[in-house]
This record gives sequence, structure tokens and C-alpha cells, in this order.
Amino acid sequence: MESSIAIKKLKEHFPAEIASESCFRGDDTVIIKRERIVDIMRFLKTDKELSFNMLMDIAGADYLGREPRFEVVYNLYSLPTKMRLRVKVQVPENDPSIDSITGVWKAVNWFEREAYDMFGIKFRNHPSLRRILCHDEFVGHALRKDYPLSKGQWLSGVYDPRGTIPVKEGDSIKAVSESKDMKSKLLTLNLGPSHPAMHGCFRVVLELDGETIVHATPEIGYLHRVFEKSVEKGTYNQAIPYTDRLNYCSPLLNNVGYCLAVEKLIGVEIPERAKYIRVIVSEISRIMDHLVCLAASAVDLGALTNFWYFFNAREKLTDIVEKLCGARLTNNYTRVGGLSHDLYDGFKEETLAALKFMMQAIDDVMRLLERNRIFIDRTRGVGALSPEDAIEYGWTGPCLRACGVNYDVRKAHPYYHYDEFDFEIPLGENGDTYDRFMVRVEEMRQSKRIIEQALERIPPGPVKIDDRRYVLPEKKDVYTNIEGLMNHFMLIMEGLKVPQGEAYGFVEGGNGELGFYVVSDGTGKPYRVKVRPPCFAIYQAYPKLIEGRLIADAIAVMGSLNIIAGELDR
Amino acid sequence: MEERGIGMAVIEAGLSQNSWLLLNIKSVIEKWMSKSSAQTMVQAEGFVDRRDTDDRRDARPTVVDKSNGQEAVRLGLFQKPVDEVVKWGRQYSIWPLPFGTACCAIEFMAVVSSVFDISRFGAELVRFSPRQADLLFVAGTVSYKQTPILKRIYEQMCEPKWVIAMGACASSGGFYNNYSTLQGIDIVIPVDVYIPGCPPRPDGILHALIKLQEKIKKS
Repeated sequence: MESSIAIKKLKEHFPAEIASESCFRGDDTVIIKRERIVDIMRFLKTDKELSFNMLMDIAGADYLGREPRFEVVYNLYSLPTKMRLRVKVQVPENDPSIDSITGVWKAVNWFEREAYDMFGIKFRNHPSLRRILCHDEFVGHALRKDYPLSKGQWLSGVYDPRGTIPVKEGDSIKAVSESKDMKSKLLTLNLGPSHPAMHGCFRVVLELDGETIVHATPEIGYLHRVFEKSVEKGTYNQAIPYTDRLNYCSPLLNNVGYCLAVEKLIGVEIPERAKYIRVIVSEISRIMDHLVCLAASAVDLGALTNFWYFFNAREKLTDIVEKLCGARLTNNYTRVGGLSHDLYDGFKEETLAALKFMMQAIDDVMRLLERNRIFIDRTRGVGALSPEDAIEYGWTGPCLRACGVNYDVRKAHPYYHYDEFDFEIPLGENGDTYDRFMVRVEEMRQSKRIIEQALERIPPGPVKIDDRRYVLPEKKDVYTNIEGLMNHFMLIMEGLKVPQGEAYGFVEGGNGELGFYVVSDGTGKPYRVKVRPPCFAIYQAYPKLIEGRLIADAIAVMGSLNIIAGELDR
Repeated sequence: MEERGIGMAVIEAGLSQNSWLLLNIKSVIEKWMSKSSAQTMVQAEGFVDRRDTDDRRDARPTVVDKSNGQEAVRLGLFQKPVDEVVKWGRQYSIWPLPFGTACCAIEFMAVVSSVFDISRFGAELVRFSPRQADLLFVAGTVSYKQTPILKRIYEQMCEPKWVIAMGACASSGGFYNNYSTLQGIDIVIPVDVYIPGCPPRPDGILHALIKLQEKIKKS
């Protein structure tokens, strides 16, 4: 109810622009006309009472056969008031264009490029509206409903991502090099995608003056695996294995986030025991995510020993997860309406032992790094971002908290009894690489506390809801009676039916707010699923962090941001 | 003295990753043999060339020439033990290039770490420069956007080189049958060993490495 203030105020100031408004499952949605989108967005951001200072996500959507066919969905969030607002704009097929809001938030740029790439929605006055996930030679717009899922398109060769930047644009390389009259001095260096510190799939084209980075152009999309279109072809539960592979360092968190969003859309509450188990596996997953991040970023700085220590601890946790779910990495543990199965006997003891081992590993690593001159020199003050900029760029998670902004979904919007656990949110001061490292270390310690409390409080009971519309019947029912058999058949063949509507579910992922915007048309398959990947927003600020610094710093910053390609490119 | 010289050279060849060194050694051996023509040679009638890899495509007799057999027999006689030792060396000193793109790369990291410890099999020295590596470990999904890069990296590697396709995505595209994912890297580069799994367990990766070592031995 609180959020309706936003809509009320919008109605006051822009009475002619509001097409309709609605509130479904607690999500406030307003549909506006496209003409004055920039004014409306600026108003929402700057109004004292509303102050939607974060742009969480921009999603395109294609409603084939409906006119207007396309939709642009802006997800806004206000840090001071904790309000959320979904602003939708409909654009027709014959003129799929809308004014760009790049001037309002800094985060907008890439999100709009993605909507252009996937749906062909043209954002007027966008500084460089070009493809982002698909390659340059791609023809068509992949996420449109009339583009065939498996129609691949070859790329003839490696291209320069700067090639299509218009020269007139103020911050483009050509303009920079010409204006400062150092065209002859600047050296172009291609970093990645196959580079040890680029973690597989990131490519940055650097313009160097000596060893100093003058301009950086990141290119992403090398691991675009079409999560969003693939899940439209399967049932709701069939999407869960795909979510494993988004942020593959912490698959369980993705499982939980996706199921939470779908359950929100259905409007069901999962059993208490399932909630606690989800908390436990989420936190185990978070620890594993941070362990990979810290181990890899330490290796990037040349500190290989820490890698062995952290991976030893990680193996202990992996063993537990494997025993629980059957897979080391791609766990596929949750289901819509609960979990696939309960914990195994001895889970508690093994987890506590593994956590003890993990704490030992953290202590070992801290002894090596905390007062290590090289480590401190390489990380202190490197890649610092101010809190204002971090909010502008839509940063969330450990990276935002390292800047000193206290926003954690677990505290701000508690789900699954997170408000009842006793834990703290570590905050940094300078927002540099060192702070990001230390915030992650401290978060692991806090996660351990949460797991211990959850293991103490976990109640007995079922781990799935008892509703045959959503959850598969027991195997013994399937084999012995006809109702069970038919029920099973329908759930497998047609999938669970989710009521028509849309919802945005979000959890605190390994890298920040992991959101799923799910649209249902009432059938057994999701109509549209848009992931709000925390990495996408974080990586967008990467050029800003490294420009003016040395190449070696770019590597250190990259490691500390923990960009996961699977989530970034989806 | 000469024997010791060859022995040293062979060991060096086995440990080195670069085929040009091997060629150098061959020429050293040939030179040495032409000097010491007084040595007694055993006729190796049944000798047939076992392998014709790219690095040895340069003139090498495959059948014993009776009329002027001295040279060929000499070469064949020494080629076999040299080859065996070189192969033995290559087998246990593989330098992998982890072309890690996705989830499989995390499992590859687990294999490198101390619990599974790939160094037990002599392949722990990962090289990110294709010029220094002889095994391309494609760990993860390869998209059409990534394909030209994969191809170029493969071309940059020196002979002899091997490729392991790790995981379902690299082998066949896996469950990503869509517009962006290459349906198996064997469409663009040759693959020696495929590892099933999504992602494969570390044991699977080690098994693939052992299989590859067997292949190198038999080659």
C-alpha cells in the first residue's frame, strides 16, 4: 500500500501520461505513455519523497499478436524509502522506438542496449546503441517470439568492439584520442577473452598511454546461452536446471531466487522446514561463491597459496552439497513449492565440521594477506568508486556494501525469516579492491553464523507444500493409484499452471540483488523470464574503475568484482 | 660420448613442448650419424614408419631403400627409440591451456586444486599462451561469438597438439540448443577426447587425461 504514494504522485504531476495502474502480489505497476518518459523518470528519481535512486533493471517483452506489441519494463528501487515501482511503456511494432533515459541513471546504458539487441526496440538519443550480447553480424532480434530458438548465426571473425561507436560521441576512443592530440601515442591492447585474468569470457579493449589506461571498452556476450528464451520453451520446473548455470559459483542461490519469484507469482507459502533449508543452502552457496571469488582474485594478484587453502575448504562444502543434491556444481535442488527432497542424516554435523574447516582456511589466508605489503599496495585505493556512483550504476551486493552503502536484501526486505537471524552486514569505507575483498571475507563469517542458527532452529515437517496443482505426488501414489498417476502425468506433460500476471522476486545473491521478473499467461510455461543479473550492472562501471590506472590494476579490480560470465551474459 | 649426447638430447626433447626442438634434435642425430659412419648397423627390414605427424612431414623415408639403404636404416633404427622416449616425455608433461568459459572452468579449478591435484598426472602447468601449450582444454560453452577466438587459439598452438572437449556443451552444445551456442566444438576444431557430464566430475577430467596419455603413447 505504501508504494501507491508513487503512483499518486505520478498522477498528480503527469495526469495525462498514466495509461493504467495495477498492484499484483504487492508489486506496484504503472503503465505510462512513451512521449514523456524522460521527464517522468527524472521526476521519480529526483522527487524528495520518492527518490527512486536505483534503476534495477530494464526488461523488454514481446507480446506477439497484441498491439502495441512490445513493452519496455523499468524496475525502480528507492534506497531511502525501500519502495519499488515497475514502470511499463508499450511501444508499437511499426515504430518500436522510445526516448533513451541514459541521462537519468548511469546504469541505463547497457540495459537499453540489451533491450535493443534482443527486441529491436530503438532508444532515441542513446549514446551508442549497438548489440551487446549477440555478435555484430547477427541478423534479427533473438528474443522476439517469432525468432526461432535454434537458428544459429555464424560470425566470420573477431571484430573490434569499438568499430561502431559513432565518432561524435564524447567519450568514444576516437574522440578522446583526437581531442587530446595523442592519437599517435595511444596503444591499443586487446585483453581477453582468453586471458588468465579475464576469467574466460570477458574482453576489454584498452587504449594505453604508456602503461596507463586512457580508455577501456568492454565487450560482453561471449557466454550468451539464451537462458531467457530457453526457459520459455519448458515448464516452470524445467527452468530450474537453467538457473543453476547462471551464476555457476552459487547455483543454489539462483535456484532459490527463481523459485521464490514463481511462488510469489502463484501466491503460495512454502513450509517452514523448506524455508530454513533454503536459508542454509543459500548461505552455503554464498560461502562457496565468495571462496571462488577470493581464491581467484588472490591468484590474479600472484598469491597462489590462498587458492589452495580456499579450494580445500570449498571441497568440503562441495562434498556436502553433492551428498545433498547429487551434483557438485549444478545442484537443481529446489522446486516450485518447496524442495526436491529433505536433508540427509548427519547433514548438521558435517556442515558444522566443514564450516569449522572453512573458518580455519579464512584465518590461514588472512594471516597471509592481512598485513602483506604487496597485497595491500596492490589493492588499497585501487578501483575505488564513490557510494553515489555505485548507486547510480545500480550496484548491489558486496561491491555496493564495500562502498559503504548499507543495502542487503536479507536485511532490507527479509525473506525466509532472515529478520530473525542474528547477523551483521559488513560495510567498507573506500569502495576499493581491498574493501571488496574484506567485505566478502567478513560475509563468509556472517553466513556461518546464519547457518549455525538455522541448523539449531530448523523445525521438523514436510519440505514441499501439499498442493497437487503444483507439486508432484509421492512415487508410491504414482505407482499404486490412478489419481496419482494422472496427476504426475499432467504436471510433467503440461507443467504447473501459474495464474496470469507478473511478479518480480528477488534474493540476495552472491554478487548482489538477483531478481527474476516472471510473466505468466496462465499456461504451464513461463511467457517471459527476465533475470536481473547483479554482475551486469557492476561490470558496466568497470571502465570507470580502471581508466587512469595501470593494466595490473585492471586485473586486480576485475578479480575483486567477481563478474560471473554465466550471469552477465545469461 | 656420443651415446650420452643423444641421451641428453632425447631427454631434452621429451621435456620440451616445442616441436622445433625435436627437429633440431633430429638434425643433430643425423649429423652425428654421418660423422660416425664406421658404426655397425643392424638391418631393420621390417621397419615401417609408425606415424606421420605434421611436425615430421619433412623428408623422412618410410620404406627401406635397398640400393641406398644405409641412410634410411640408420634413421629408422634410431627413430624408434627416440620416438618412444619423446612420447613418454610428452605423455607426462602435458601443458594444458584451459579455455575455460563457463561452469566447467570452476570444476577445472577444482581439479587443479590440492584435493584432486592434476599434477599427479604431470599436467599441472597451465599455460594461457597458446604458443606454450600442447593441450587445449575447452571447458565450457562456446558461443558463435566465441568461435573465431577458439579457432584462432587452436591455430596458434604448436604441433603436436591435442584437444579435450570438457563437458556436454563443448562436446555437443549440451542442453543449450539455441541460436547462440555452437553445437559442439568439433565442428570447428578436431577433438581427441570428449568428457561427458554437466559439468564433469574432477575424476572424469582426470580419466580423460589418462585416456589422452594412452593415445599419445599409441600414436
